[in-house]
Amino acid sequence: MGAFEKQRNIVDFTLSSLGRRKGKIISLGTVYTFVIFLLASVLFFTQAIKREAALLLQEAPEMTVQRLEAGRQGSIPKHYGDSIAAIRGVQSVRPRLWGYYYDSLSEATFTIMVNDELNEKPGEIIIGSAVKVRSAAGAENRVVRINDTFPFKTYDGSALLLKVKGILPLTSELEAADLILVSEKDYRTLFAVNNDHATDLVLRVRNTKELTTIATKIVQLHPDTRPVSREEILRTYEAIFDWRGGLIIVTMAGVLFAFIILAWDKATGLSAEEKREIGVLKAIGWETADILLMKFWEGVSVSILAFILGVFLAYLHVFVGSALLFEPVLKGWSVLYPDFRLTPHVDAYQLATLFFLTVIPYTVVTIIPSWRSATIDPDSVMRT
Amino acid sequence: MIRLQDIRKVFNAGKANEFVAIDQVNLAIDSEMITVLKGPSGSGKTTMLSILGCMARPTAGRIMLREREITSLPERFLTGIRRATFGFIFQQLNLIKGISALENVMLPAYPDGEKRSLLQKRATDLLTLFNLAHKASAKIEWLSGGEMQRVAIARALINSPAVIVADEPTAHLDTKLSMEFMEIMQQLKREGKTILIASHDPIVHESSIIDRIVDMRDGRVVSPEIRS
Repeated sequence: MGAFEKQRNIVDFTLSSLGRRKGKIISLGTVYTFVIFLLASVLFFTQAIKREAALLLQEAPEMTVQRLEAGRQGSIPKHYGDSIAAIRGVQSVRPRLWGYYYDSLSEATFTIMVNDELNEKPGEIIIGSAVKVRSAAGAENRVVRINDTFPFKTYDGSALLLKVKGILPLTSELEAADLILVSEKDYRTLFAVNNDHATDLVLRVRNTKELTTIATKIVQLHPDTRPVSREEILRTYEAIFDWRGGLIIVTMAGVLFAFIILAWDKATGLSAEEKREIGVLKAIGWETADILLMKFWEGVSVSILAFILGVFLAYLHVFVGSALLFEPVLKGWSVLYPDFRLTPHVDAYQLATLFFLTVIPYTVVTIIPSWRSATIDPDSVMRT
Repeated sequence: MIRLQDIRKVFNAGKANEFVAIDQVNLAIDSEMITVLKGPSGSGKTTMLSILGCMARPTAGRIMLREREITSLPERFLTGIRRATFGFIFQQLNLIKGISALENVMLPAYPDGEKRSLLQKRATDLLTLFNLAHKASAKIEWLSGGEMQRVAIARALINSPAVIVADEPTAHLDTKLSMEFMEIMQQLKREGKTILIASHDPIVHESSIIDRIVDMRDGRVVSPEIRS
């Protein structure tokens, strides 16, 4: 009971002490919150975008086979699929038609993909939630609605008007946001792709352990192909987003250091008034340990408050404000890519790491100068 | 109650600016008496008070408190003894600005972990005793000089100490407030407190309530006069 009341008394006094040094606490808290905000924003963004990628690939086929033409991806003859389907372990082979379409009016690039369900209904499309249209040059981009007509420009410059028949559900925005599903006929009209060619072939494989063997056999059969497994794509995504997160941290390092030095200076420097106060407390019977306890609670309350505020602002920034501050670096192709909102996802483990890397060092750092002051002789106040 | 044996206190020992503040002092302070340390500036009054009040350790010599030697006790134990046995009134009052008068009074008792409601009641009772109950929640800097002084006395009494130590308590007070202070000391003496005051103010050492004057000069006790 005594120990609890002692802690309570010291916490009460610490909180009223914070109120007495508003200027210092507010400037320190602001700097601290900003640092947490930057770090947590990068953390949230990379985590969320990696999760988007993982969601995207969850339903993806185990293997994709592309054909290379002078080192670049070219269209693949559909008959390659027959020989690949004959390989032991391959469950099914399906030709896929997809590509990118740049809409000069809305200045955005969309992913166009053929959907079998639309093959019966040429002239109709299903679109992602971020697809916008601009009716004329100079007008505002607006969200496309069902039954709107979307104007495409085909490979030879002629117009192709397709009607919007549905909007894709929002599971992963990375996957669906910029997607336009079309019929095979419209796709071939748009891009002039031969009827016996596809963009790539997708494979279902019974046992994923056999992927390497199957890939070797495919390359033996068709030396101009490149099999890509789902895991390879996922690893590439992760590497790219980790690299981008790292890049942000590196570019921000200077700013972060400047802020940390400022916070360090503010947190570690005890004013003459604070030193005098420590002397008075010692003189009236506080032990060195009590003074350190008081400074510990001071550090903990400032840093926890800044941490919560910083994390909250970072959450708003990333998941509501679409990571406005470093969108260009993290998303990469932001100029071409239409609007995009990440699905909120917070990794508790990473948040805990951030907590221990910021709150603990700050608390320790604030205690050290107080420890120096707390070890002064209590009779020093008798001489001032 | 407190006995000093061959006390010597040296500041900056071994350095060019070495200074002997107290030298060869032998003194016994009796209980329930008002003792005044008198002498000019630099005579060693404040240093003596610090040593008597367990705030500073002597360079040589022994301190006995109720016949128990406390000279070489570790800081933690010495702080505990100081908190329980002594109540301090400083020359500059040393009240903490920005918090209430009540909180200032309660501060010395915080490390004891006493139940907050009980502590609050004791502090309020003390403020009531000094006619300051209506100022309990007022910030300390809003109080007048006399009120601040009474808060400082209340703070010195919060742990019910046996000894009150006051360093030049009237240095910044006018005559009326100085007389008021002496009256409070008389009241505390009647309640059985031992009072130690360092002062060169005539109002203090010419007061009739004083039991003993210890005259100091150049760090030595010149005459430990006891009044009848």
